Amino acid sequence: MPLLAVAFGLIVGAVLIVVSGDNPLVAYRAMLEGSLGGSDAIGRTLEKATPLVLGGLAVAFAFKAGLFNIGGQGQLLLGAAFSAWVGFNFDLPAVIHIPAALIVGGLAAAILGGLAGLLKATRGVHEVISTIMLNFVAANFTEWMVSRDGPWKDPEGGAIARTPLVQDSADLPRIAGLPTGFLVAVLAAVSIWWLVNRSTLGFEVKTVGSNPKAAAYAGISVTRIIVITMGISAFLAGLGGAIQTLGVNGRFEPGFQTGLGFDGITIALLARTNALAVIPAALLIGAMDAGSTLMQARTNVEPEVINVIQAMILFFVAAPSVVRWILQLSEAEDVDTGVDLATGWGTT
Amino acid sequence: MSDRGDPVDGTGVGAATSADQSGFERPGEVPLLEMRGLTKRFPGVVANDKVDLLLYEGEILGLLGENGAGKSTLVKMLFGIHEADEGTILFRGEELKPSDPGDAIDKGIGMVHQHFQLVPPLTVAENIVLGAETTRAGGFMNRRAAEARVRELSRQYGLDVDPTDVVGDLPVGIQQRVEILKALYRGAELLILDEPTALLTPQETDELLAIMRDLAADGVGIIFITHKLREILAVTDRVTVLRRGKSVGRTLTADATTESLAEMMVGRSVVLSVEKPPREAGEAVLSVNDVQVRDDRRQLKVKGASFEVRAGEILGIAGVEGNGQRELVEAITGLRSIVSGNVSIDGQEVVNRPRKVREMGTAYIPEDRERDGLVGPYSIADNLVLTHYYEPPFANHGVRDFEEVDKKAELLVERFDIRTPDIHTPVKSLSGGNKQKVIVARELSDDNTLVVASQPTRGIDVGSIEFIHSQLIAARNEGLAVLLVSAELDEIFSLSDRIAVIYEGRIVAQRDPAATTREEIGLLMAGGEVREDSAA
Repeated sequence: MPLLAVAFGLIVGAVLIVVSGDNPLVAYRAMLEGSLGGSDAIGRTLEKATPLVLGGLAVAFAFKAGLFNIGGQGQLLLGAAFSAWVGFNFDLPAVIHIPAALIVGGLAAAILGGLAGLLKATRGVHEVISTIMLNFVAANFTEWMVSRDGPWKDPEGGAIARTPLVQDSADLPRIAGLPTGFLVAVLAAVSIWWLVNRSTLGFEVKTVGSNPKAAAYAGISVTRIIVITMGISAFLAGLGGAIQTLGVNGRFEPGFQTGLGFDGITIALLARTNALAVIPAALLIGAMDAGSTLMQARTNVEPEVINVIQAMILFFVAAPSVVRWILQLSEAEDVDTGVDLATGWGTT
Repeated sequence: MSDRGDPVDGTGVGAATSADQSGFERPGEVPLLEMRGLTKRFPGVVANDKVDLLLYEGEILGLLGENGAGKSTLVKMLFGIHEADEGTILFRGEELKPSDPGDAIDKGIGMVHQHFQLVPPLTVAENIVLGAETTRAGGFMNRRAAEARVRELSRQYGLDVDPTDVVGDLPVGIQQRVEILKALYRGAELLILDEPTALLTPQETDELLAIMRDLAADGVGIIFITHKLREILAVTDRVTVLRRGKSVGRTLTADATTESLAEMMVGRSVVLSVEKPPREAGEAVLSVNDVQVRDDRRQLKVKGASFEVRAGEILGIAGVEGNGQRELVEAITGLRSIVSGNVSIDGQEVVNRPRKVREMGTAYIPEDRERDGLVGPYSIADNLVLTHYYEPPFANHGVRDFEEVDKKAELLVERFDIRTPDIHTPVKSLSGGNKQKVIVARELSDDNTLVVASQPTRGIDVGSIEFIHSQLIAARNEGLAVLLVSAELDEIFSLSDRIAVIYEGRIVAQRDPAATTREEIGLLMAGGEVREDSAA
C-alpha cells in the first residue's frame, strides 16, 4: 500500500510538472541522479535521511502507546543546542566527546518530552496541545541561549545568533564516505524495533496504546509508561538534532531545518509505525530532498513540487479508501494503514 | 417448505423439530415472515446453511443459539446488510430482497441493535425522527410536530418516554425503548431485537418482556435474539434454534422446556444446575471492613461495606448493576483507592496497586471483559500472559521469552477448551464465550488464594456458562475463597454458599441460599424492607 501511495504521489507530481511546461521524465531522472547517482549524491541522501529516520522513529514509537508526539521540532532544537554546547564547551577525546554530545542532546529533548508525558498522565493535558506549546518554548529558549546576551553565543559571530563551532573531537566523521550519523540512526531504529517487539517494556507500551484500561488491570502503571514513552520518543527526535549539529552544521543556529520535526509524522505514517520500515521511508523522502537541487538545475520545476509529491504520498497513505476507489480494489483486500490517526485523542 | 419437518440435525437431539406439532403451521394464513433454505457463505465458513424460519403476524419468535451460531448473519440478511447466497425470504407472502437497511426499513422491517444507534446529545424526539424529519420552510426541523408524534406513538404502544429528554442522560432500558420507538416511527411491522436484554437489569428485562407482549398484541411481529432460555420461555410463541449455522430445531414454545432448548443449542445434554458438594468453609481469606469508595465522578459509591469470604466458599454478591459493585470490586483488586475502611487478603492490607494485589494471590475476572480483561488486537497467547508477561519464565530481565509464552498458551487453550484455530489468533476475533474462557484460563491457572469474579458469564453462551461455573466451583473445592458478583439471580443461587445483597453501596443483608428465596433476594436488591439479618 505505501508503494502504491508513492506511485500515486509521483503521478500527481508528473502532472504538475507537465502543467508547468517541463518533461516529468527529465525531472525525475535528475532527481534520481541527484540522490543516487554517485557516492556524493548517496552521501547527501543519507545525510538528509538521518534526522528523518529519527524524527519518524520518535512519532512511530509514541504511536505505539497511543500518543501523538508532534513536538519533534522543539525536541530536535533542544537536542541540537545541547549537543552543540557539549561539542564546543568541552575538550574530550572523540570516543567520549561524540557519544556524550549525542546523549546530552537526546536527554535534553527527553526531559522536554517527558514533561509533556507527565502533564498528560497526571493532569490530563493532551500531548498534542502540550507538545505544540513546548515547541515554542524550545524554539525561543534555544534562540535566547545563542542571542546577543545568551550564554552560548559565538563571540566571533558578530550579530549572528549561533554557537561557536564544535571541537574537532565532537565532529561526526564519515566512514568510507558514509555519514556516521546515518549508522547511529539505523542502530536506533533496530533498537526501537527490538524494544517494541521483544522487551517487556515494549509490551507495556503497546498494551497502554491498545487498551489502557486493560493495562491498568494487568498491573501496568499507565502513568509511568506514558512518561517513559514520551521521554524515549523525544530522545529520538533530540538525537536527530544532535546528529545534524555534529555531523552537518557543526554548530547550532536557531531556526535551522524548520519543519523537519513534522516530517517525522509523514515518515511514521509511511512506515505504518514500524520501526524498521521507518528507514526506507526516510530514505525515500531524503532522496527526494537530496535530488531536488539537481532537478531544479536541469529543469524549471520549482522545488515546491517535491513538497507537493511528499504531501500527496502522505495523503494517499492516510486515505487508503481513496486509493482503493481509484484502483477499484475490492473491500476484501486489506488496505488498512494500521495506523489510527484518531488515537491519542480522548485516551487518557 | 415441504422439507421443514425433516430432521436437519444429524446428532438426533433436535427432537422438538416437528412438522406434526399442531399449530406450528396455520393453513390458510399468510405468514408474516418465512425463510426458506437461506444460505450465506463467508470465505472459509458457511454462516447460515439452509435455514428455515416461520413467523405469523402478532407472534414473537425466539431465535436461539450460541455465539457464532449464525443468528446475527441471519437477521442481517433480513435487514439488508448481507445478501443471501441461496434461498428466499417471503414477507407477507412476497419475496423480499432488501438491498440495504434503508430498503428493509421502507418495507416495514425494524431492527434494534445490541449496541444502540443513538446520538447521545440529542433528545428522544430528535433521535427518533433523525433522518426522517418533517421540516418547515427553510429546512428547519419541526420539533413540535416530532415531539407530538413521539408522544402519540409512545401512548399507542405503552412505551413510556419523555420526548424532550436528552438520550445520553437516560438509563439503558429507556434508551432501548427509544430504539424501539425509532423502528415503530418508521412503520416497522416486523421488529428484530438483537440480544436486547444483554445490558438490562432484571427489572428492566421484565419491563421489556411486557412491552414485547404488548407490541405483539398490537400485531407487530418480533424476532427476539437471545441465549437466555428463561426469557425465551417467558415471552415467545415459537422458537428456532441455530447451531453452527443450521436450524437444528423449530418448535412452538409451549412444547419446549429449558432442557430441550439447551440441548438443541449446545448439541448435547447440558447440566444447567451445578453439582456442588457440601464443604466446610475455612479461615477468612478476604475481609472487607467498612469500606468507602468513590466512583469516576468522585461520588461516594460504596458507603461502608463489610463482609468476609472464607477459604473454600463462594460468597455471591447480588445486586442490581450500578449499586457500587464495580467500585467495590475495583477497590478489592487494587484498581481504585479506598476512601476509608480497609480490605485485607490473608491478613495483608490491600493497597492501590493492582500488581501488588495480584501478587498477594488474587485472581480477578473483570465485569467488562473487552474493556478491562483483554487487549483485542493481541494474540490469544499474549492475552493469556497479560498479567504475568514480566516474570519468569515468560520474561527474563525485561526480555520476553516467546517460546515459554507459546508453551503456556498451548497448554491453557487445551485445558480450558478455548475454541480457536491458533494461539496467535487475535483475541478480538473470538466469540464472547471463548474470550471469557481466555480470561478464566489466565486467572484460574495460577496458584491463588482468592478469586474475584465479576459478572463472569454475562452475555455468553450456555456451553461456556456451564464451563465457567464448573471452574469456579472447582476453585472453591480446592479451597480458594471465591467472591462472585452477579446481577443474575440464577447464577447467584446456583453457585453461592452464602449470598450478600448490595444496595446503594451497602451490604444490606447476608443470607443462606437454602434459607431464602428468589423473591426475598429480589426484594432486597430493589431496596425493599431490610429485616434483621438471619445471620448467614
